[in-house]
Amino acid sequence: MDVGILSYGIWIPRHRIATEEIARVWGKDGASMAAGLGVKSKSVPTVDEDVVTMSVEAAEMALRRCHFDRVDVGAIYVGSESHPYAVKPSATIVAEAIGATPDMTAADFEFACKAGTAAIQTCMGLVKSEMIKGGFAIGSDTSQGAPGDALEYSASAGAGAFLISSGPGIIARIDHTLSFTTDTPDFWRREGQRYPSHGGRFTGVPAYFKHVVTCGKKMMEAQGTTAEDYDQVVVHQPNGKFPLKAAKSLGFPKEKVETGLLTPRIGNTYSGAVPLGLAAILDKAGPGDRVLVVSYGSGAGSDAFDITVTDAITDYHREGDDLVETRIAFSKFIDYATYAKYRGKILMGDGA
Amino acid sequence: MAGVRFWREFDTRYRMLATRCPQCGLVYFPPRTVCRKCRRSSVGKMEKVPLPPQGTVLSYSVVHQGQKGFDAQVPYVMAMIEFEGGVTVVGQVVDCDPEDVTIGMEVKPVFRRVREEGASGVIHYGYKFAPPCFPVCEDESLASPE
Repeated sequence: MDVGILSYGIWIPRHRIATEEIARVWGKDGASMAAGLGVKSKSVPTVDEDVVTMSVEAAEMALRRCHFDRVDVGAIYVGSESHPYAVKPSATIVAEAIGATPDMTAADFEFACKAGTAAIQTCMGLVKSEMIKGGFAIGSDTSQGAPGDALEYSASAGAGAFLISSGPGIIARIDHTLSFTTDTPDFWRREGQRYPSHGGRFTGVPAYFKHVVTCGKKMMEAQGTTAEDYDQVVVHQPNGKFPLKAAKSLGFPKEKVETGLLTPRIGNTYSGAVPLGLAAILDKAGPGDRVLVVSYGSGAGSDAFDITVTDAITDYHREGDDLVETRIAFSKFIDYATYAKYRGKILMGDGA
Repeated sequence: MAGVRFWREFDTRYRMLATRCPQCGLVYFPPRTVCRKCRRSSVGKMEKVPLPPQGTVLSYSVVHQGQKGFDAQVPYVMAMIEFEGGVTVVGQVVDCDPEDVTIGMEVKPVFRRVREEGASGVIHYGYKFAPPCFPVCEDESLASPE
């Protein structure tokens, strides 16, 4: 049985803040910060946007673009590290909002930036075992970096939703998936803490690169492929530099990375990063295109997917508001004070 | 507990489900259980129907003195949105600046946080309205891939 992506949807908030504007406030050299991180700007959610609202919009877009009955959505998994409730699932709100309740299962996933791809694997299992007809795997985050911390220059917001199903209608077949997981303390947030902590340079070689590159290589070994067999690759993108370096280690030229590399313009959308990058690739893909996907979540682990686009992509709705590039272009830049207000970084009085 | 009252209205607040009288075809939003035209003969027969996926701005106001909980959004736009079939809904227009809003502008419902019962209370989600995406970026160098 072929299992894959029947439809997908995305959400990127409208507001952006430039790296140079953040650097201005903290007395840093904005141009060198932007160049060093490979991030020119990042998306900023407004006060009425969160993981749930972005997930609902992404899932609604996916449903609009295919013929799949909402009551046949048998599972919804929302992967995020910024769920609005500590206790109460985001997934049930999403399920209710898209009209999929009550005969279905729902849960929230958390695995730093790879919770969305873990949700894809779970949905694949349920579909392949014929427990459900289709399920939503959603990666969505409104990530936060402590004021002045290096993370603040990249931590952003966005969501990608994939409706995983089977049958001739799927627009992309997932030929194989595997994971690589270890206990690596590179990035964490303790219970009750507002902002995450990280291991600085430790987040690079022993964490991100070890997992992404190893997982990617294991996938190519399992499939008997090389970089030349793939038309595009998308890997997790905490900044604009790491993914290019990781992809190069896997043998991919820059040209095969750029379509799915969104961090330079919208920042690191955490659980939304790989789903959004994959969506940007599918927005432009043609039948037969092969895509290697490798996510990364701190803590740490990577999920890899070998995906082949099917003929069904030809008739799939891919224009206007639904395109990743349209939503990136739909933007308004704000200053740091407005950003601080939107992100709740200003200490308010009792009357607020 | 306001959260429970809100919970009873999920169909309306989350999915904008209206009711329609099967006899005369009148559509009501918020939903009514009795048609004001057909009265008793409509009891128990009203059908749940979704509103059309988009509407147009019939009129609007720019709010400068916001309600509690909306301070961070001032100035914001509250508009009367007219849907095909005659239903008019009042809601907030987001994802655009007040000066971008015009009478006759096409909008579609978007799912947003509406309010919350304090920092430890229930979050209320519901519909607001937004215009279709229009590619706008003040600084094109920041929006371009290169």
